[in-house]
Amino acid sequence: MPAPVDRRLLRESRAARTHLTLVGALALASAALIVAQAVLLACIIDRAALRHASAAALEGKLLALGAVLLARAAVGGGFELSAQLGASRAMSELRGRLARRLLGADGAAPAGGPAIAGAATGGPATGGPGSAGPAAIRTGELAAAAVQGVDGLRAYFAGYLPQLVLAAVVPAAVLAWAAAADPIAAGLLALTVPILIVFMVLIGKGARAQTQRRWQALSLLSSHFLDVVRGLPTLRAHRRERAQAGMLAEVGERYRSETMATLRVAFLSALVLELCAMVGTALAAATIGVQLVDGALSLTAGLTVLLLAPELYGPLRQIGQQFHAAADGTAAAARIYAVLDQPPALQAPASVAAPRLATSRVAAPPRAAPPRAAPRVASPRRAAPGLGTPRVPDPAREPVRLRAVDYEYPLRPGRVLERIDLELAAGEITALVGRSGAGKSTIARLIMRLADPSAGEVSCGGADLRAIDVERWRAQIAWVPQRPQLFAGTVAENIRLGAGDADAERVREAARAAGALAFIEGLAQGFDTPVGEDGVRLSAGQRQRIALARAILRDARLLVFDEPTAHLDETGAARIAELLPALAAGRTVLLIVHHPQLAEHAHRLVRIEHGRALETPTPAPATRAMAVLA
Amino acid sequence: MRALLEVGRLPRGERRRLALAVALSAGATAAAIGLLASSGYLISRAAQRPEILELMVVIVGVRAFGLSRATLRYAERLCSHDLALRQLARLRVRFYERLWPLVPGQLRRGGGDLLARFVGDVDALSDLYLRALIPALVAAAVIAGASFAAWLMLPLAGVAVLASLTLAALTLPWLSATLAARADRRQARVRARLTGELVESIDGADELRMLGCTHARIRALADSDAELSRLARVDALVAALASTLGSVLTGVGLLVVLVVGIAAVHAGVLAGVLLAALAFLVLGAYEAIAPLPAAARSLRTCAASAARVHEISSCEPPVVDPPAPARPSGAGELRARHLGFRYGPEEPWLFDDFELSLAAGERVALVGPSGVGKSTLGELLVRLREAQRGQVTLDGIDVRELAQEDVRRAVLLCGQDARVFNTTIRENLLLARRDAGEGEVERALQCVELDGWVRGLPDGLETIVGADGELMSGGQRQRLALARALLADARFLVLDEPTAHLDAPLARRVMDRLLGACAHRGVLVITHDSSLAARCSRTLRLVENVIE
Repeated sequence: MPAPVDRRLLRESRAARTHLTLVGALALASAALIVAQAVLLACIIDRAALRHASAAALEGKLLALGAVLLARAAVGGGFELSAQLGASRAMSELRGRLARRLLGADGAAPAGGPAIAGAATGGPATGGPGSAGPAAIRTGELAAAAVQGVDGLRAYFAGYLPQLVLAAVVPAAVLAWAAAADPIAAGLLALTVPILIVFMVLIGKGARAQTQRRWQALSLLSSHFLDVVRGLPTLRAHRRERAQAGMLAEVGERYRSETMATLRVAFLSALVLELCAMVGTALAAATIGVQLVDGALSLTAGLTVLLLAPELYGPLRQIGQQFHAAADGTAAAARIYAVLDQPPALQAPASVAAPRLATSRVAAPPRAAPPRAAPRVASPRRAAPGLGTPRVPDPAREPVRLRAVDYEYPLRPGRVLERIDLELAAGEITALVGRSGAGKSTIARLIMRLADPSAGEVSCGGADLRAIDVERWRAQIAWVPQRPQLFAGTVAENIRLGAGDADAERVREAARAAGALAFIEGLAQGFDTPVGEDGVRLSAGQRQRIALARAILRDARLLVFDEPTAHLDETGAARIAELLPALAAGRTVLLIVHHPQLAEHAHRLVRIEHGRALETPTPAPATRAMAVLA
Repeated sequence: MRALLEVGRLPRGERRRLALAVALSAGATAAAIGLLASSGYLISRAAQRPEILELMVVIVGVRAFGLSRATLRYAERLCSHDLALRQLARLRVRFYERLWPLVPGQLRRGGGDLLARFVGDVDALSDLYLRALIPALVAAAVIAGASFAAWLMLPLAGVAVLASLTLAALTLPWLSATLAARADRRQARVRARLTGELVESIDGADELRMLGCTHARIRALADSDAELSRLARVDALVAALASTLGSVLTGVGLLVVLVVGIAAVHAGVLAGVLLAALAFLVLGAYEAIAPLPAAARSLRTCAASAARVHEISSCEPPVVDPPAPARPSGAGELRARHLGFRYGPEEPWLFDDFELSLAAGERVALVGPSGVGKSTLGELLVRLREAQRGQVTLDGIDVRELAQEDVRRAVLLCGQDARVFNTTIRENLLLARRDAGEGEVERALQCVELDGWVRGLPDGLETIVGADGELMSGGQRQRLALARALLADARFLVLDEPTAHLDAPLARRVMDRLLGACAHRGVLVITHDSSLAARCSRTLRLVENVIE
């Protein structure tokens, strides 16, 4: 039954392989003990039943049986323990890989949201915002699903896999011993095994489709309920809430009758399995009985075979019951690999970095990726020393240029950017305007080297960004994204992120400069107030100002503001606009806006439309604003 | 536990189904035991070389046990799944009817997770019979039956079987459930922290990268992971010890019965041929005990789910109809006077002393920063929530004296998060008015500029929009909700952020046409967009009540 994904799981995970080896050894021990138990028990019953031996006479054998039972219990416990530990280790390993990949610590962060989100849902995002901001949020959702998917693997590693090993080892050992004791009965039992396996395969194939349909139906039903419950405010607004109770009952009943029809067939294979096992045991018993009457067999041998029969079928039947663990596990693994297989966002131009990087660790190339969308994975951290370009240009003094830049998301046809030429003049404010989805955020991502262009070049002071140490380049940039993320921790910790050595006074100064001091001091614990998931809820404007303080504290050379006022009302937007000129002093600023108030401060306005840049005459007010500043 | 009992109550017809499932399952286990025990007897008897004919009777018995075991199990599975599915459908309807009066009034914004958990909990409760109760009842029946059978062969053996099986049946599930609970308690906090850290790190991966914090983050994540693994190791060890203890108990039970049997055979009290039957009986009976630890864990999960569901569903509905509702005249204004709202007695006022009047044909804009309670205000106007201060009146009558049905017939709220249901576009639209004609639907779609899009779809109006309207963009979902609102024959429309996901020119066109189509209705537009507010005759401000 293992699908390719399973094999990949084993091939790529060292923890999983170790796990499997240990489980295999314990399964062998367990098989030996099963046989020993059957032989001892048969022998004891033989002596006591036929020769009326006393318990005292059988003391040795009884003690041995006790010891075997104890050992079996211990091995069983060890089996379970090693299964759980192995599962934990394998899951931990996968979680680590996933985290490193998604956070881009292996130098190869997945290229982009829409590619992942599109691959996951298959749904078009037509008309939806295709910019990196919202798309990245969908990536986050998928990633969260993948993280929870790792937990879904526990049943696979701790349940299905060990059971599979057991099913391979124990029946073989049992059959071998039975064949030595009573070839005829063992032959009968052996005959049933292929039938059994045929039905196992049937469960694996035909019934799998059925079972999957059933699970799909179940999740559909569950999602229908959730759909209704989540839509309750809407239903109530339209006075349809009472009618839905009837709908729920009707859908539930329809689902029940459909499911029962499927189950009648699905359980048939289990019925045949069971019949096989039971008839096999019954036939073996009858055969043994007849041989005993003929005196061709000892009672011990006969009883041994009879005792072994259930042990032959047990593990095989268990496998069938673990089917869901296997199915869920493979589904979870597929989700995880969907993330791990994402082509990286960063690349190295062949001309500069090929010699080292061509041989560097290459992530398994995704099968679905078109050739041009799967560039070599380059670890920028390792790339830099090999390049001999220690100089990192200063974006506050040297212009940042985009030359004939194309960008498209891997795995997703259609260019987001097409032949963009753009220059951020050093020390000036450049504003990008245009509809959402036009590619403004993507340009910012290219400049911050969160992604590399599909064609063309992004450079600063004449140096291709791809040839510059990425960490040092990014260290010069402060970014205030559209929806800043606050991390679990205090307000101060969130502001200090990325400038770990800043003292309380500097944090306070940054907050003041960002216009955040007043509301922070209004919080119950001031700067020590916990925020994030479990902390106090902050409004969009407050989050924005914390992100702004974070950016200010970095004292960066290049400031990137991505729609800083998108989620703010007019007063909030005006407040940010007031801060801008002071922030821009001595720095280069890239401003992505749709709000006129902010664009007023720009030296240059560039309109982005359908992935193309159109220079707009500098608005007169901006000149005035800058004149005041100067 | 009381919550569980309440959930577990079955209607009369279902109790019969439960009894049948238990009987079938116990029968199947008994048949398996019978197969083993009769085989043991058969072989022992055969060793004494009796007439082959005498053996034939036993052989027939052995086969009968084998066949009936498989068929009984099949029947039991169908029966118990049927029971579980019926129970699932019933629970859903029952809790849905308790839940709807509570939404959204009892839940704060962002109660989506709570609802998802509620749905999950209700679904989990259907496991109660399949995985917890049936196995427990079957085990009890099998223990009684096996002990009785053993007692018939040898009274002392009967006592030994009863004692050992009962001991195992009580100890092991208890131990397993307790340990699982302990592991959960220990691990839940770390697991939640790890998941939270992972999710926020992934959501903010780009920011971490830009801040140069990626590696520090990875290290922190690895630390949390290591802590979780350490806890999981200890818990796995304890669980493994418990399961070892279970096997030891089984072994001891077998040995005791064996020794008692051997002594009885030796003393001539028990026929030698029955010894094998007795030993096999004990081995087989443990089959009924084996699922008990899992059943106990299931029971615990169900109890937790039941408690959570109960906690939510036993809330008092925040909004109830008056015993003798007045009737709105159908020709007055929608007004709010001195309206004040807060989520709880300890919480700050979201807004206070809010005034509004909306007459037929009037367009009023309500602006204010996000988080100030604009959406809550919309819900107050249609009486999905109750204000703590002031009043909302319709046609001069306090809405608390009207039936909710009548209020919402007159005032329609098109919420910011208006849901697009996973059904056809037509069904989504007809939600507003079942008897809306084809022409009206078409006009409503034209008004929001969705007509072209719908015509371009292969299935047109019959296209299913997917879970959460996933086949549509945010803007399309919003426009569909607006078209739906337009179809309803309400006198007043409250539109909450109607164009938040539309770009400016489209928003302008849609709003112009929408307002044009509502010439005789009063429209309140809740927005933070000033250009939208400019299209209304009056603008009201709701100001933030927190320190900025």
